[in-house]
Amino acid sequence: MSDDQLRISRRNALKCMAYGGAGTLFALSGGVLTPIDLAMAREYDESKEGKTLGKPLFVQISDTHIGFNKEANPDVAGTLTQTIDIVNGMPVLPALIIHTGDITHLSKPAEFDQAQQLFSRLRTTEMHTVPGEHDTTDATVTEYFNRFGKASNNKGYYSFDHAGVHFIALINVLQFKPGGLGTLGSEQLAWVAADLKGRSASTPVVVFAHMPLWTIYEPWGWGTGDADQLMSQLRRFGSVTVLNGHIHQIVQKVEGNMTFHTARSTSYPQPVAGVGSGPGPLKVPADQLASMLGITSVSVVKHPSALSLNDTALA
Amino acid sequence: MNIRRTQMVLTAVGMVILAAMEVHVPSAADTADPTKIVVKDFMFSPTPLTVKAGSTVTWTNMDDEPHTAVSDTGLFKSGGMDTNESFSFKFDKPGTYHYTCTIHPRMVGTIVVQ
Repeated sequence: MSDDQLRISRRNALKCMAYGGAGTLFALSGGVLTPIDLAMAREYDESKEGKTLGKPLFVQISDTHIGFNKEANPDVAGTLTQTIDIVNGMPVLPALIIHTGDITHLSKPAEFDQAQQLFSRLRTTEMHTVPGEHDTTDATVTEYFNRFGKASNNKGYYSFDHAGVHFIALINVLQFKPGGLGTLGSEQLAWVAADLKGRSASTPVVVFAHMPLWTIYEPWGWGTGDADQLMSQLRRFGSVTVLNGHIHQIVQKVEGNMTFHTARSTSYPQPVAGVGSGPGPLKVPADQLASMLGITSVSVVKHPSALSLNDTALA
Repeated sequence: MNIRRTQMVLTAVGMVILAAMEVHVPSAADTADPTKIVVKDFMFSPTPLTVKAGSTVTWTNMDDEPHTAVSDTGLFKSGGMDTNESFSFKFDKPGTYHYTCTIHPRMVGTIVVQ
Protein backbone atom coordinates (compact mmCIF):
# COMPACT_ATOMS: atom_id res chain seq x y z
CA MET A 1 0.00 0.00 0.00
CA SER A 2 1.47 3.38 -0.95
CA ASP A 3 1.65 6.28 1.45
CA ASP A 4 -1.08 8.06 -0.48
CA GLN A 5 -3.38 5.08 -0.27
CA LEU A 6 -2.64 4.80 3.41
CA ARG A 7 -3.47 8.46 3.91
CA ILE A 8 -6.71 8.22 1.97
CA SER A 9 -7.88 5.08 3.71
CA ARG A 10 -7.05 6.58 7.09
CA ARG A 11 -8.92 9.73 6.21
CA ASN A 12 -11.93 7.75 5.06
CA ALA A 13 -11.89 5.74 8.24
CA LEU A 14 -11.85 8.92 10.28
CA LYS A 15 -14.63 10.47 8.25
CA CYS A 16 -17.09 8.15 9.95
CA MET A 17 -16.34 9.85 13.25
CA ALA A 18 -15.00 13.24 12.35
CA TYR A 19 -14.99 15.62 9.42
CA GLY A 20 -11.79 17.46 8.54
CA GLY A 21 -11.31 21.09 9.33
CA ALA A 22 -10.04 24.28 10.88
CA GLY A 23 -10.95 23.27 14.36
CA THR A 24 -12.98 20.65 16.08
CA LEU A 25 -16.38 21.11 17.65
CA PHE A 26 -17.30 18.71 20.42
CA ALA A 27 -20.83 17.74 21.30
CA LEU A 28 -21.87 15.38 24.08
CA SER A 29 -24.01 12.68 22.54
CA GLY A 30 -25.12 9.57 24.36
CA GLY A 31 -22.29 9.89 26.84
CA VAL A 32 -19.58 10.35 24.25
CA LEU A 33 -17.96 13.54 23.03
CA THR A 34 -18.09 13.59 19.26
CA PRO A 35 -15.74 15.76 17.19
CA ILE A 36 -17.02 17.57 14.11
CA ASP A 37 -14.82 19.26 11.52
CA LEU A 38 -15.29 23.08 11.43
CA ALA A 39 -16.20 23.69 7.80
CA MET A 40 -18.53 20.72 7.88
CA ALA A 41 -19.88 21.90 11.23
CA ARG A 42 -21.58 24.83 9.63
CA GLU A 43 -23.42 22.58 7.18
CA TYR A 44 -24.11 20.11 9.94
CA ASP A 45 -25.57 22.75 12.21
CA GLU A 46 -28.11 23.63 9.57
CA SER A 47 -29.18 20.03 9.10
CA LYS A 48 -31.88 18.34 11.13
CA GLU A 49 -29.34 16.19 12.94
CA GLY A 50 -27.35 19.30 13.65
CA LYS A 51 -30.19 20.66 15.75
CA THR A 52 -29.98 17.64 18.03
CA LEU A 53 -26.30 18.35 18.67
CA GLY A 54 -27.19 20.75 21.41
CA LYS A 55 -25.34 23.78 22.62
CA PRO A 56 -21.66 23.84 21.71
CA LEU A 57 -19.77 23.41 24.94
CA PHE A 58 -16.35 24.41 23.72
CA VAL A 59 -14.11 24.71 20.70
CA GLN A 60 -10.60 23.26 20.62
CA ILE A 61 -7.95 25.26 18.79
CA SER A 62 -4.45 23.81 18.50
CA ASP A 63 -0.97 24.35 17.14
CA THR A 64 -1.36 27.95 16.00
CA HIS A 65 2.48 28.24 15.73
CA ILE A 66 2.48 32.04 15.57
CA GLY A 67 5.93 33.04 14.25
CA PHE A 68 6.16 30.24 11.67
CA ASN A 69 6.76 31.75 8.22
CA LYS A 70 8.09 28.95 6.00
CA GLU A 71 6.75 27.65 2.71
CA ALA A 72 4.22 25.28 4.31
CA ASN A 73 2.22 28.37 5.38
CA PRO A 74 3.77 31.85 5.13
CA ASP A 75 0.70 33.39 6.82
CA VAL A 76 -0.17 31.55 10.04
CA ALA A 77 -1.70 34.75 11.45
CA GLY A 78 -4.05 34.75 8.47
CA THR A 79 -5.19 31.16 8.94
CA LEU A 80 -5.67 31.76 12.69
CA THR A 81 -7.77 34.81 11.81
CA GLN A 82 -9.86 32.61 9.48
CA THR A 83 -10.26 30.12 12.32
CA ILE A 84 -11.41 32.85 14.70
CA ASP A 85 -13.90 34.08 12.09
CA ILE A 86 -15.36 30.55 11.89
CA VAL A 87 -15.73 30.37 15.68
CA ASN A 88 -17.22 33.85 15.87
CA GLY A 89 -19.65 32.91 13.10
CA MET A 90 -20.96 29.77 14.75
CA PRO A 91 -24.78 29.79 15.11
CA VAL A 92 -24.43 29.36 18.87
CA LEU A 93 -21.22 30.65 20.44
CA PRO A 94 -19.30 28.05 22.44
CA ALA A 95 -18.91 28.88 26.12
CA LEU A 96 -15.20 28.09 26.19
CA ILE A 97 -12.13 27.90 23.98
CA ILE A 98 -9.48 25.29 24.73
CA HIS A 99 -6.03 25.73 23.15
CA THR A 100 -4.00 22.53 23.21
CA GLY A 101 -0.59 24.12 22.82
CA ASP A 102 2.10 25.29 20.44
CA ILE A 103 0.55 28.73 20.60
CA THR A 104 3.88 30.03 19.28
CA HIS A 105 6.59 28.57 17.08
CA LEU A 106 9.71 29.67 19.00
CA SER A 107 8.48 30.88 22.44
CA LYS A 108 9.39 34.47 21.54
CA PRO A 109 7.71 37.32 23.43
CA ALA A 110 6.64 38.96 20.16
CA GLU A 111 5.01 35.71 19.03
CA PHE A 112 3.03 35.36 22.26
CA ASP A 113 2.02 39.02 22.02
CA GLN A 114 0.78 38.59 18.45
CA ALA A 115 -1.11 35.41 19.40
CA GLN A 116 -2.84 37.15 22.30
CA GLN A 117 -3.74 40.07 20.09
CA LEU A 118 -5.32 37.68 17.57
CA PHE A 119 -7.15 35.71 20.30
CA SER A 120 -8.61 38.96 21.62
CA ARG A 121 -10.90 38.97 18.56
CA LEU A 122 -12.63 35.80 19.78
CA ARG A 123 -16.20 36.51 20.87
CA THR A 124 -15.79 33.70 23.38
CA THR A 125 -13.47 35.28 25.92
CA GLU A 126 -12.92 32.34 28.29
CA MET A 127 -9.86 30.49 27.02
CA HIS A 128 -8.02 27.63 28.71
CA THR A 129 -4.55 26.67 27.54
CA VAL A 130 -1.80 24.11 27.97
CA PRO A 131 1.70 24.67 26.57
CA GLY A 132 3.31 22.77 23.71
CA GLU A 133 7.03 22.06 23.49
CA HIS A 134 7.34 24.99 21.05
CA ASP A 135 6.04 27.30 23.82
CA THR A 136 8.71 26.29 26.32
CA THR A 137 12.01 26.56 24.42
CA ASP A 138 13.06 29.88 26.00
CA ALA A 139 16.00 29.47 28.38
CA THR A 140 13.98 30.15 31.53
CA VAL A 141 10.59 28.75 30.32
CA THR A 142 8.91 31.93 31.52
CA GLU A 143 7.28 33.48 28.46
CA TYR A 144 4.34 31.01 28.43
CA PHE A 145 3.85 31.03 32.20
CA ASN A 146 4.04 34.83 32.47
CA ARG A 147 1.01 35.00 30.21
CA PHE A 148 -0.93 31.78 30.81
CA GLY A 149 0.45 30.43 34.10
CA LYS A 150 -2.09 31.96 36.46
CA ALA A 151 -4.72 29.18 36.08
CA SER A 152 -2.22 26.56 37.23
CA ASN A 153 -0.16 28.64 39.68
CA ASN A 154 2.69 28.21 37.14
CA LYS A 155 2.57 24.42 37.41
CA GLY A 156 1.02 23.87 33.98
CA TYR A 157 -1.76 21.54 35.23
CA TYR A 158 -5.16 22.50 36.67
CA SER A 159 -8.83 21.56 36.61
CA PHE A 160 -12.17 23.33 36.41
CA ASP A 161 -15.86 22.54 36.00
CA HIS A 162 -18.24 23.85 33.41
CA ALA A 163 -21.84 22.80 32.67
CA GLY A 164 -21.47 19.66 34.74
CA VAL A 165 -18.33 18.56 32.87
CA HIS A 166 -15.01 18.23 34.72
CA PHE A 167 -12.04 19.54 32.73
CA ILE A 168 -8.44 18.53 33.49
CA ALA A 169 -5.56 20.40 31.81
CA LEU A 170 -2.22 18.59 31.85
CA ILE A 171 1.36 19.39 30.83
CA ASN A 172 3.49 16.71 29.17
CA VAL A 173 6.15 18.75 27.38
CA LEU A 174 8.62 19.63 30.14
CA GLN A 175 10.13 16.43 31.47
CA PHE A 176 11.38 14.87 28.26
CA LYS A 177 13.35 11.72 28.57
CA PRO A 178 16.07 11.76 25.88
CA GLY A 179 15.06 9.52 23.02
CA GLY A 180 11.61 9.08 24.53
CA LEU A 181 8.07 10.32 24.70
CA GLY A 182 6.38 13.14 26.61
CA THR A 183 6.09 12.71 30.38
CA LEU A 184 3.49 13.68 32.98
CA GLY A 185 5.64 12.85 36.01
CA SER A 186 4.75 11.44 39.42
CA GLU A 187 3.89 14.80 41.00
CA GLN A 188 1.30 15.62 38.35
CA LEU A 189 -0.14 12.07 38.40
CA ALA A 190 -0.54 12.30 42.19
CA TRP A 191 -2.34 15.61 41.74
CA VAL A 192 -4.75 14.00 39.23
CA ALA A 193 -5.50 11.20 41.71
CA ALA A 194 -6.34 13.77 44.39
CA ASP A 195 -8.38 15.83 41.93
CA LEU A 196 -10.52 12.85 40.89
CA LYS A 197 -10.94 11.43 44.38
CA GLY A 198 -14.58 11.34 45.46
CA ARG A 199 -15.84 12.48 42.07
CA SER A 200 -18.91 10.64 40.78
CA ALA A 201 -18.24 8.21 37.95
CA SER A 202 -21.20 9.74 36.10
CA THR A 203 -19.39 13.09 35.73
CA PRO A 204 -18.25 13.55 32.12
CA VAL A 205 -14.50 14.20 32.14
CA VAL A 206 -12.52 16.06 29.49
CA VAL A 207 -8.72 15.74 29.71
CA PHE A 208 -6.53 17.87 27.49
CA ALA A 209 -2.77 18.15 26.95
CA HIS A 210 -0.53 19.05 24.04
CA MET A 211 1.16 15.76 23.15
CA PRO A 212 -1.05 12.72 22.54
CA LEU A 213 -1.89 10.89 25.77
CA TRP A 214 -1.80 7.61 23.85
CA THR A 215 1.03 6.29 21.75
CA ILE A 216 0.35 7.06 18.11
CA TYR A 217 3.92 6.71 16.79
CA GLU A 218 6.77 6.23 19.21
CA PRO A 219 9.70 6.83 16.80
CA TRP A 220 8.47 10.43 16.37
CA GLY A 221 7.67 10.88 20.05
CA TRP A 222 3.92 10.96 19.37
CA GLY A 223 2.84 9.76 22.78
CA THR A 224 3.29 10.13 26.54
CA GLY A 225 5.42 7.54 28.32
CA ASP A 226 3.47 7.41 31.60
CA ALA A 227 -0.04 8.00 30.19
CA ASP A 228 -1.13 4.50 31.30
CA GLN A 229 -0.98 5.65 34.92
CA LEU A 230 -3.37 8.47 34.02
CA MET A 231 -5.78 6.22 32.12
CA SER A 232 -6.02 3.75 34.99
CA GLN A 233 -7.38 6.62 37.11
CA LEU A 234 -9.91 7.67 34.47
CA ARG A 235 -11.25 4.25 33.52
CA ARG A 236 -14.02 4.24 36.16
CA PHE A 237 -15.71 7.29 34.62
CA GLY A 238 -18.65 6.80 32.28
CA SER A 239 -17.57 9.43 29.74
CA VAL A 240 -13.95 10.43 29.23
CA THR A 241 -12.78 12.57 26.34
CA VAL A 242 -9.03 12.95 25.81
CA LEU A 243 -8.02 15.85 23.56
CA ASN A 244 -4.56 16.55 22.19
CA GLY A 245 -2.76 18.46 19.44
CA HIS A 246 0.93 18.20 18.46
CA ILE A 247 0.60 16.00 15.36
CA HIS A 248 -1.34 18.51 13.19
CA GLN A 249 -3.88 15.95 11.96
CA ILE A 250 -6.94 14.13 13.21
CA VAL A 251 -6.41 10.70 14.70
CA GLN A 252 -9.11 9.19 16.87
CA LYS A 253 -9.78 6.02 18.78
CA VAL A 254 -12.51 4.86 21.14
CA GLU A 255 -11.66 2.49 23.98
CA GLY A 256 -14.54 1.58 26.28
CA ASN A 257 -15.92 4.84 27.66
CA MET A 258 -12.86 6.78 26.53
CA THR A 259 -12.63 8.76 23.31
CA PHE A 260 -9.15 9.89 22.21
CA HIS A 261 -8.90 12.64 19.61
CA THR A 262 -6.12 14.81 18.18
CA ALA A 263 -7.05 18.11 16.52
CA ARG A 264 -5.85 19.67 13.31
CA SER A 265 -3.49 22.61 13.50
CA THR A 266 -4.52 26.08 12.36
CA SER A 267 -1.00 26.66 10.94
CA TYR A 268 0.38 23.83 8.79
CA PRO A 269 -0.15 20.09 8.30
CA GLN A 270 2.36 17.42 9.25
CA PRO A 271 3.02 14.11 7.51
CA VAL A 272 1.22 10.90 8.38
CA ALA A 273 3.23 8.92 10.96
CA GLY A 274 6.51 7.58 9.59
CA VAL A 275 6.36 9.30 6.20
CA GLY A 276 9.58 11.27 5.58
CA SER A 277 12.51 12.09 7.86
CA GLY A 278 10.50 13.52 10.72
CA PRO A 279 7.41 15.42 11.93
CA GLY A 280 8.19 18.74 10.21
CA PRO A 281 5.98 21.09 8.22
CA LEU A 282 4.28 19.35 5.28
CA LYS A 283 4.21 21.40 2.09
CA VAL A 284 0.95 20.95 0.19
CA PRO A 285 -0.44 22.84 -2.83
CA ALA A 286 -1.81 26.23 -1.70
CA ASP A 287 -5.37 25.34 -2.70
CA GLN A 288 -5.29 22.29 -0.42
CA LEU A 289 -3.87 23.94 2.69
CA ALA A 290 -7.13 25.23 4.19
CA SER A 291 -8.72 21.79 3.96
CA MET A 292 -5.94 20.41 6.16
CA LEU A 293 -6.27 23.05 8.89
CA GLY A 294 -9.11 23.24 11.37
CA ILE A 295 -10.66 23.21 14.82
CA THR A 296 -12.77 20.84 16.90
CA SER A 297 -16.04 21.80 18.53
CA VAL A 298 -17.74 19.93 21.37
CA SER A 299 -21.42 20.04 22.28
CA VAL A 300 -23.49 18.55 25.05
CA VAL A 301 -26.22 16.50 23.41
CA LYS A 302 -27.93 14.75 26.23
CA HIS A 303 -26.72 16.43 29.34
CA PRO A 304 -25.09 15.21 31.42
CA SER A 305 -24.41 11.96 29.67
CA ALA A 306 -23.28 12.81 26.17
CA LEU A 307 -20.61 14.91 24.46
CA SER A 308 -20.26 15.04 20.70
CA LEU A 309 -17.18 16.12 18.73
CA ASN A 310 -17.24 18.00 15.47
CA ASP A 311 -14.13 18.76 13.39
CA THR A 312 -14.26 21.69 11.00
CA ALA A 313 -11.73 22.60 8.29
CA LEU A 314 -10.92 26.14 7.17
CA ALA A 315 -12.11 25.21 3.69
CA MET B 1 68.51 22.62 1.15
CA ASN B 2 66.14 20.90 -1.23
CA ILE B 3 64.32 19.17 1.62
CA ARG B 4 63.86 22.46 3.48
CA ARG B 5 62.43 24.11 0.34
CA THR B 6 59.97 21.23 -0.12
CA GLN B 7 58.84 21.62 3.49
CA MET B 8 58.31 25.33 2.99
CA VAL B 9 56.25 24.73 -0.13
CA LEU B 10 54.16 22.10 1.66
CA THR B 11 53.63 24.46 4.59
CA ALA B 12 52.51 27.18 2.21
CA VAL B 13 50.10 24.77 0.49
CA GLY B 14 48.77 23.75 3.90
CA MET B 15 48.15 27.37 4.84
CA VAL B 16 46.26 27.95 1.60
CA ILE B 17 44.10 24.90 2.30
CA LEU B 18 43.43 26.09 5.86
CA ALA B 19 42.53 29.56 4.60
CA ALA B 20 40.16 27.99 2.05
CA MET B 21 38.53 25.90 4.78
CA GLU B 22 37.85 28.94 6.94
CA VAL B 23 35.65 30.60 4.35
CA HIS B 24 33.92 27.32 3.52
CA VAL B 25 30.22 27.53 4.44
CA PRO B 26 29.24 24.54 6.59
CA SER B 27 26.80 22.11 5.05
CA ALA B 28 25.34 18.73 5.93
CA ALA B 29 28.06 17.00 3.95
CA ASP B 30 30.85 18.99 5.58
CA THR B 31 32.25 17.39 8.67
CA ALA B 32 35.75 18.80 8.19
CA ASP B 33 35.37 21.51 10.82
CA PRO B 34 35.97 19.73 14.11
CA THR B 35 33.70 22.00 16.14
CA LYS B 36 30.60 22.22 13.91
CA ILE B 37 27.42 20.19 14.30
CA VAL B 38 24.82 20.23 11.57
CA VAL B 39 21.18 19.66 12.55
CA LYS B 40 19.39 18.28 9.53
CA ASP B 41 16.67 15.73 8.78
CA PHE B 42 15.96 15.46 12.52
CA MET B 43 19.53 14.36 13.30
CA PHE B 44 22.65 15.85 14.91
CA SER B 45 25.80 15.11 12.94
CA PRO B 46 28.43 14.21 13.63
CA THR B 47 27.67 12.49 16.91
CA PRO B 48 29.60 11.76 18.97
CA LEU B 49 31.78 14.80 18.32
CA THR B 50 35.23 14.81 19.94
CA VAL B 51 36.88 18.18 20.67
CA LYS B 52 39.74 19.49 22.79
CA ALA B 53 39.02 21.25 26.10
CA GLY B 54 38.49 24.95 25.51
CA SER B 55 36.78 24.42 22.13
CA THR B 56 33.64 26.26 21.16
CA VAL B 57 31.10 23.96 19.50
CA THR B 58 28.50 25.43 17.14
CA TRP B 59 25.19 23.81 16.18
CA THR B 60 23.43 25.05 13.00
CA ASN B 61 19.84 24.07 12.19
CA MET B 62 19.23 23.34 8.52
CA ASP B 63 15.69 21.95 8.85
CA ASP B 64 12.42 23.82 8.25
CA GLU B 65 11.47 22.78 11.77
CA PRO B 66 13.07 24.41 14.85
CA HIS B 67 15.36 22.35 17.06
CA THR B 68 17.11 22.79 20.38
CA ALA B 69 20.34 21.40 21.87
CA VAL B 70 19.85 21.02 25.62
CA SER B 71 22.39 19.38 27.94
CA ASP B 72 21.03 16.48 30.01
CA THR B 73 22.70 18.03 33.06
CA GLY B 74 21.51 21.58 32.37
CA LEU B 75 25.02 22.79 31.46
CA PHE B 76 23.78 24.43 28.24
CA LYS B 77 20.42 25.19 26.63
CA SER B 78 20.21 26.56 23.12
CA GLY B 79 16.66 27.86 22.98
CA GLY B 80 14.72 27.29 19.77
CA MET B 81 16.98 27.47 16.70
CA ASP B 82 14.97 28.34 13.62
CA THR B 83 16.14 27.50 10.09
CA ASN B 84 19.79 28.58 9.54
CA GLU B 85 20.15 29.76 13.14
CA SER B 86 23.10 28.66 15.26
CA PHE B 87 24.00 28.16 18.90
CA SER B 88 27.52 27.97 20.35
CA PHE B 89 28.88 26.73 23.67
CA LYS B 90 32.46 26.63 24.96
CA PHE B 91 33.51 23.38 26.63
CA ASP B 92 36.21 24.08 29.22
CA LYS B 93 36.38 20.77 31.07
CA PRO B 94 37.12 17.29 29.70
CA GLY B 95 34.21 14.88 29.91
CA THR B 96 31.31 13.31 28.02
CA TYR B 97 28.30 15.56 27.47
CA HIS B 98 24.92 14.22 26.32
CA TYR B 99 22.29 16.53 24.86
CA THR B 100 18.77 16.33 23.41
CA CYS B 101 16.45 18.33 21.19
CA THR B 102 13.63 19.08 23.63
CA ILE B 103 11.20 19.62 20.76
CA HIS B 104 11.99 16.17 19.32
CA PRO B 105 13.45 14.16 22.20
CA ARG B 106 14.35 11.21 19.99
CA MET B 107 17.11 13.48 18.63
CA VAL B 108 20.11 12.93 20.90
CA GLY B 109 23.82 13.67 20.60
CA THR B 110 27.08 13.39 22.49
CA ILE B 111 30.15 15.59 22.77
CA VAL B 112 33.40 14.16 24.09
CA VAL B 113 35.79 16.81 25.43
CA GLN B 114 39.42 15.66 25.79
